[in-house]
Amino acid sequence: MIKKVSKHIVQEESLLFELSSPGKRGYQLPELDVPAVDPEKVLGKENVRAEIEGFPEVSEFETLRHFTRLSTWNYAIDLGLYPLGSCTMKYNPRVNEVVARTEGLAWAHPYQPEHLSQGCMEVFAALERALAEITGMDAVTLQPAAGAHGEFTGILMIRALLEKRGNPRKKVLVPDSAHGTNPATATMVGYAVENIKSNERGMIDLNVLHRVVTDDVAALMITNPNTVGVFEGNIREICSILHDKGALVYMDGANMNALVGIARPGDFGADVMHLNLHKTFSTPHGGGGPGSGAVAVAKVLTPFLPAPRLKREDNAWKWNYDLPDSIGRVRAFYGNFGVLVRALAYIMAHGGNGLRQATLDALLNANYLRALLEPSYQIAYKAPSMHECVFSDDRQAKHGVRTGDIAKRLIDYGFHPYTVSFPLIVRGALMIEPTETESKRELDLFADAMISIAQEVEENPELVLKAPHSTRTSRVDEVTAARKPIVRWRPRFTGSQAAD
Amino acid sequence: MRYLPKSDSERQEMLAALGMQSEEDLIAYLPAEVRFDQRLAIENGKSEYEIVDYFKQRAGENANGFASFLGAGVYNHYRPVLVDTVVSRGEFLTSYTPYQAEISQGTLTSIFEFQSMICQLTGMEVANASMYDGSSAIPEAAMMAVRITRRNKILIARTVHPEYREVLRTYTRHQGIPVEELAYAKNGRLDLDDLNKKLSDDVAAVIVQTPNFFGLLEQIEEISRLVSSKGALLVAVFTEAVALGLMEPPKQADIVAGELQSFAISPSYGGPYAGIIATHEKYIRQIPGRLVGESTDASGRRAFCLTLATREQHIRRERATSNICTNQALLALMATVFMSLYGKEGLRELAEQNLAKAHYLAQKLPLPFDAPFFNEFVARSDGKSPEQINAALLDQKIIGGLPLARFYPELGNCMLLCATEMNRRADMDAVAHAFLKQ
Amino acid sequence: MSYPENYRYTREHEWVHADGSEVTIGITDHAQHELGDIVFVNLPTAGSNVKRGETFGSVESVKAVSDVYSPVTGEVTAANDLLSQKPETLNTDPHGDGWLIKVKLAAPEEINGLMSAADYQKYIGTE
Repeated sequence: MIKKVSKHIVQEESLLFELSSPGKRGYQLPELDVPAVDPEKVLGKENVRAEIEGFPEVSEFETLRHFTRLSTWNYAIDLGLYPLGSCTMKYNPRVNEVVARTEGLAWAHPYQPEHLSQGCMEVFAALERALAEITGMDAVTLQPAAGAHGEFTGILMIRALLEKRGNPRKKVLVPDSAHGTNPATATMVGYAVENIKSNERGMIDLNVLHRVVTDDVAALMITNPNTVGVFEGNIREICSILHDKGALVYMDGANMNALVGIARPGDFGADVMHLNLHKTFSTPHGGGGPGSGAVAVAKVLTPFLPAPRLKREDNAWKWNYDLPDSIGRVRAFYGNFGVLVRALAYIMAHGGNGLRQATLDALLNANYLRALLEPSYQIAYKAPSMHECVFSDDRQAKHGVRTGDIAKRLIDYGFHPYTVSFPLIVRGALMIEPTETESKRELDLFADAMISIAQEVEENPELVLKAPHSTRTSRVDEVTAARKPIVRWRPRFTGSQAAD
Repeated sequence: MRYLPKSDSERQEMLAALGMQSEEDLIAYLPAEVRFDQRLAIENGKSEYEIVDYFKQRAGENANGFASFLGAGVYNHYRPVLVDTVVSRGEFLTSYTPYQAEISQGTLTSIFEFQSMICQLTGMEVANASMYDGSSAIPEAAMMAVRITRRNKILIARTVHPEYREVLRTYTRHQGIPVEELAYAKNGRLDLDDLNKKLSDDVAAVIVQTPNFFGLLEQIEEISRLVSSKGALLVAVFTEAVALGLMEPPKQADIVAGELQSFAISPSYGGPYAGIIATHEKYIRQIPGRLVGESTDASGRRAFCLTLATREQHIRRERATSNICTNQALLALMATVFMSLYGKEGLRELAEQNLAKAHYLAQKLPLPFDAPFFNEFVARSDGKSPEQINAALLDQKIIGGLPLARFYPELGNCMLLCATEMNRRADMDAVAHAFLKQ
Repeated sequence: MSYPENYRYTREHEWVHADGSEVTIGITDHAQHELGDIVFVNLPTAGSNVKRGETFGSVESVKAVSDVYSPVTGEVTAANDLLSQKPETLNTDPHGDGWLIKVKLAAPEEINGLMSAADYQKYIGTE
């Protein structure tokens, strides 16, 4: 029985362009206190545009109604659990939103005089300190805009170090369980990618590693715990194997939510890692971004960090550009400051003690779910799970139902799907990460839903195969969307404007 | 800890279901040599009040209540109240990437509207769902051009934002893509002779910013003719989106890349912002980042979904168009709300006000460059240094323009000033006074 | 769907149909079934060259990209334009109208090593 949701009337809504009418406006500008100028005279006639054709013209309240109605068609963390593996969909604390909007912070211009930016710079410094402590690393850069951007920064630094030593080497090792950004990043830094097969426990095989780590290898990109939620127990030896051959270890920190306060990558041998502030550190996903990909490094890589770096001089912060070995900039200005404020607020709210407790709760939640679901779903690997657990759809596939179908049926139960078909090393993967901010009640409801669906698979597979049944739209035709992409609105001149 | 929704008794219940006594049992199997058994050297958790106060104090250590004439890639424009009303809705703020189309139609619909409006604004046919920012959109556009033309050299004007140029170099360093800079002429615009000289057959793209870093409009028509005659692609960049409310869009360009911070995205000391890449339909499969497409559901109802995902890293991995995963969805939404509120006429009126303000100030100052400009311009100081002028202005709680010495040593006696609808006449008069009082 | 007797097949699920020194190459019904709904096909232009064992293009479904490997060496004389308008033809008629390219063979003996229809069906039966 579906307990968490029931059917509800939602408002329909057209596109802004379909609500437009000439002359409607949602703004008023103050009167000019200087003389107006004639654009054509000042810019030249050829430089002045005609009107922006098709641009919306709507009133203030219609705009508000439009977006409010659209918002009601979205699922969100504020509504319920997102069991997405490696996404760490935890509560986005609202005090973070308030502090990020503090006027002196939100309106700070990156080029304003340094002595009038000390508050912003102190925030940078405080967050760098906290993240260095959490990761056990020697220095942190907050410049990268997202996880993949952080990966790019990290691999660039590795290359710079190896070039300084005389040989950048040729390839980067990536486990076959890795997130797609890992190999894509390595290619962008001019490295060939060599995939290493995981062993039957979903972990890195030391024998394989010994064999493939040659003098041509620049680095290994590793996720720990890995993408099946299992801790690489051999991590110290893995790092040694790489270091012995003069190579480095890049750690993808997407799964850091399993480690904060209980293990530090810097301690177990990682040379560089990125953190996803929008995962572990609670900054909001906002429908797909912004994020921030802080990168932490061991001492050996600090000379190569992106410029500028903070420097303390005469009791004040300064931006220091005198960094001869720096890889340069990976973006304009200093970093996604608005996101950094939120991450720092999160760390402050928890404190050292709270951060550790959060991690333990994340592990407890994931293992609790695993225990509830193991009778119905095939666990992918027997090894203990950390903050996420991975199942395969083997049992359900026997009835012709795959992980993607189960995920769609889960929507009818009022939940967002888990991560479907990733990692690729598990056949028909279901990757589930609850995070620590889910209550026991929500977890029990989720487990009930999954168990109920498993039953439906056996008794009434059509119900699952044709799901979801209760959403505003049914399954969207992604095939036609890819065959004949329509990525912008165009006016339709056949009769009525509304297209619904 | 107030964010953790479990009581100790519930923890005990759950542990019991696992046959455990304490949460420490959950990590007991971890080898001792990897465990961090100390306490993190971070202060105890703070109350909400203490957190708010901490940031209030930090904000107090920044400029407060200053008028500012800084532009240079980040602009002071008014943020309509409705922007935060909309993006603060939990369904937008705390939702995930819209991979599950049935429960993400809110995000998908608004991104489709965003993509459409960017096309209308830039004169292009397709636009993606945003890049990290304007600066990283440049190398992505360059890599697109390399893929499309199968050539490998990039020419970039010195009048493109200096930090954007630095970012391009960082990205292209290890991809076998040489980058060469193009000089600017006496009038501050791209030197067309230099362009002509350097346009060889191995050039994939020429990157030009308009209005350029000096605030001047570039001659896109001429530039595009030169560039296409050599079979290269023209990438037109903008950092001040408001200019597009009035300025003829660079529709001769093959790719448009730019920054939308002006559209209700707080300056926020440098980020987060939202970049875009827009191009022609024929290049749609080369565009990086997320794309939302229109389709139908099983009952024929219009619905949106992410599309052409096979360009992206999660499918193509090492052969992806880019490693980018995120898009700046929430910020793109801010821009969408902004564009909706101002609309067709409002964007134009806003641009006209910016034009009026900047030209009022500029006409009082010595200008080294003689070419049309929008809301930014370079002013020259023949006596005092720009730094001295700015120091005098600070005493009046005015932040002056950006002294150009750090980026253009040859313009050491100049500063870049920006005046928007937010700048008051009295402050502009004060700036002019400080300049002329040599 | 049946596998034409007069075609030859590869382990990478391509078929080859010889007509003198020119061959037509496509992907098998098994391959299109595994891929799901095809949304885009990337093919070389006429005049370009292909080499045995190397990729010459790719086939995309919504969620996957598959490289297509050339079983032979030679010059591409034609690419199937129909597929750019109607990629779904690869699903409905993979052995006929869904052909990918035609190649003028540089080394005609390369075909001899390929599987017969019977051998291929046995191969996919056990895969």
